[in-house]
Amino acid sequence: MAPVVALIEHADGKAFDTSLQTLAVARSFAAGQAVHALVLSSPIRLDLELGRNAVFALANDLGHYGVNVAHIAEHEALDSFAPDAWAAILGQLADQLDATAVFAAGTERGNEVMARVGARANLPLATNCIAVSAGDPITLTRQRWGGSLLEEARLNSTRPLVTVAPHAVPIETTEAETKVETFTPQLKEQELVVRVIEHVAAAGGGVSLAEARVVVSGGRGVGSKEGFAIIEELAGLLGGAVGCSRVVTSAGWRPHTDQVGQTGTKIAPELYIACGISGATQHMAGCKGAKRILAINSDAEAPIMLNSDYAVVGDLKEIVPAISKEIRANRGHAG
Amino acid sequence: MRVLVCVKRVPFTGGKMVLAPDSMALETRHLGFTISPHEECGVEEAVRMIEAKSGESVVLTLGPAEAAEQLRDAMALGVDRAIHLETDGSEWDPEATAAAIIDAIRADEAASGPFDLILFGNESADSGGFQVGLRVAGALGRPCVTGLKKVTIEGASVRCEQESEGGRDVYAVPMPAVLTVKEGLNLPRYPSVPGRMRAARKPVATMTPTQAQARLELASLVVPAGQGRRAEVLGSGPSAAPAVVEMLRKIGVV
Ligand SMILES: Cc1cc2nc3c(=O)[nH]c(=O)nc-3n(C[C@H](O)[C@H](O)[C@H](O)COP(=O)(O)OP(=O)(O)OC[C@H]3O[C@@H](n4cnc5c(N)ncnc54)[C@H](O)[C@@H]3O)c2cc1C
Repeated sequence: MAPVVALIEHADGKAFDTSLQTLAVARSFAAGQAVHALVLSSPIRLDLELGRNAVFALANDLGHYGVNVAHIAEHEALDSFAPDAWAAILGQLADQLDATAVFAAGTERGNEVMARVGARANLPLATNCIAVSAGDPITLTRQRWGGSLLEEARLNSTRPLVTVAPHAVPIETTEAETKVETFTPQLKEQELVVRVIEHVAAAGGGVSLAEARVVVSGGRGVGSKEGFAIIEELAGLLGGAVGCSRVVTSAGWRPHTDQVGQTGTKIAPELYIACGISGATQHMAGCKGAKRILAINSDAEAPIMLNSDYAVVGDLKEIVPAISKEIRANRGHAG
Repeated sequence: MRVLVCVKRVPFTGGKMVLAPDSMALETRHLGFTISPHEECGVEEAVRMIEAKSGESVVLTLGPAEAAEQLRDAMALGVDRAIHLETDGSEWDPEATAAAIIDAIRADEAASGPFDLILFGNESADSGGFQVGLRVAGALGRPCVTGLKKVTIEGASVRCEQESEGGRDVYAVPMPAVLTVKEGLNLPRYPSVPGRMRAARKPVATMTPTQAQARLELASLVVPAGQGRRAEVLGSGPSAAPAVVEMLRKIGVV
């Protein structure tokens, strides 16, 4: 029987968790058919014996996640990201295997590459799925609104293209014998028109919003650009980052890089402190991964109260400085 | 230069998602609607480009009659004219949406010349398919760069910046091109009163395309189970500070 194939994203010799989650969904869809994986690499990187070994080891290791055959595609053009080239290679491998389905993680790159595969081959694509069952039609569950809503859908296709929502399904381990093979792609010049020509490193300085253990976030209730001084102070004391809601970025009080939510940054800190934020679904789509949420809001009935672990009711302009003061006082005692 | 920006009308859902009785759509009777945030930045960018280079900006939407409101909003920000691909309000899948937009672009280009740039949101706010812009670009044979936070026209090409791990990835592609953008690309202006008045007189071309057979078909919507967090109230007002710090200590952040 024809196999399914999954694109594996990787960096520094490690497959991304999102790709391993994707394999769990691909394997359940395959229901016994072989699972193939595509690992892209460039000979410039492979040049070093070390790099070649690392990619080979990574491919070989995919057996723990149910991959029967891992294809390493080498091409010098793969040294920098070229999404049309990735799509061409994934499409070529799927054709060669006569794959019954193609999977990738619903990451920025995964979604983008799969949309290009779909556009090139005139095939439908279902993005950000959390479950997919074979059949005619194929039935699936996918995320809408950044995960705030689910959709049950039917997909009519002889070769379904599916991306798997990041961090929505668990990684599953198993033991499969993995055969590692080399795949030689054919690329056309036009497939390299869109490619990364430069990487500009972030300015650095401060704790990054996406990585911070604690995020102190302000919404409309903060009232002004200057009002964020107390939010910054508390974030500083907790070694955390400052976040905000869209109302705040639209007003120009904070840069968009601080925005948490569906169209901002998605975060998963140990603690999220939401000050003067009502808890709109699009805001919560960005912080629902937080281990704990503390809401500080003057409205005891605000929707965020149903999505938080702890709450303090009242004026954030009094409460936030009082918390900072209390932390300082405690440190004074300890020191 | 000519710039087209494609937008989608979506509801402001507020604190929770409520479904219509048939579970095929959100209950939107009490909700306001908006252009989704990514595309709002696309509109702003199109207007800025034409302000800088002169030419024509056009806004296009596929959606119900009420989506004319979003076209007027875009024109109030400075877009010159609009194309409305009117539907009965049912959901079109990404392939059908792209097919109708491709036809409309071909017709407009045949009449008025090629668009140097066509802008889309990176993904629609509601269905989040991540593909209409790429399908349109594929059919037109134009390069497409996605998820952009900065766009700079440099002669006959366009420099594109996309957020990536630890910084930004940069692309440069020749025009004509298709770009998909994200919120944060710019800070959209608020519409002025004269802008709104001018928008009321700007031309809207309305067409009713036929819907291609959907291959990705919505069966029903489901609101995911809540996270079941009913907040434990630690107190009210500044006197709650000691209880908060106690909690912070317990969970190990101070
Ligand atoms: C497609 C789409 C995408 C979106 N993406 C995002 C996104 O990525 N991120 C995002 O945040 N939003 C997003 N939004 C907007 C979202 O729907 C809300 O409009 C927004 O999150 C509301 O911000 P807010 O909570 O700061 O403001 P409001 O909803 O106005 O809430 C303000 C809160 O502050 C409280 N408050 C006021 N004064 C005080 C005070 N002195 N002390 C304590 N509390 C006080 C009030 O009780 C209220 O609960 C999106 C919307 C759409 C349609």
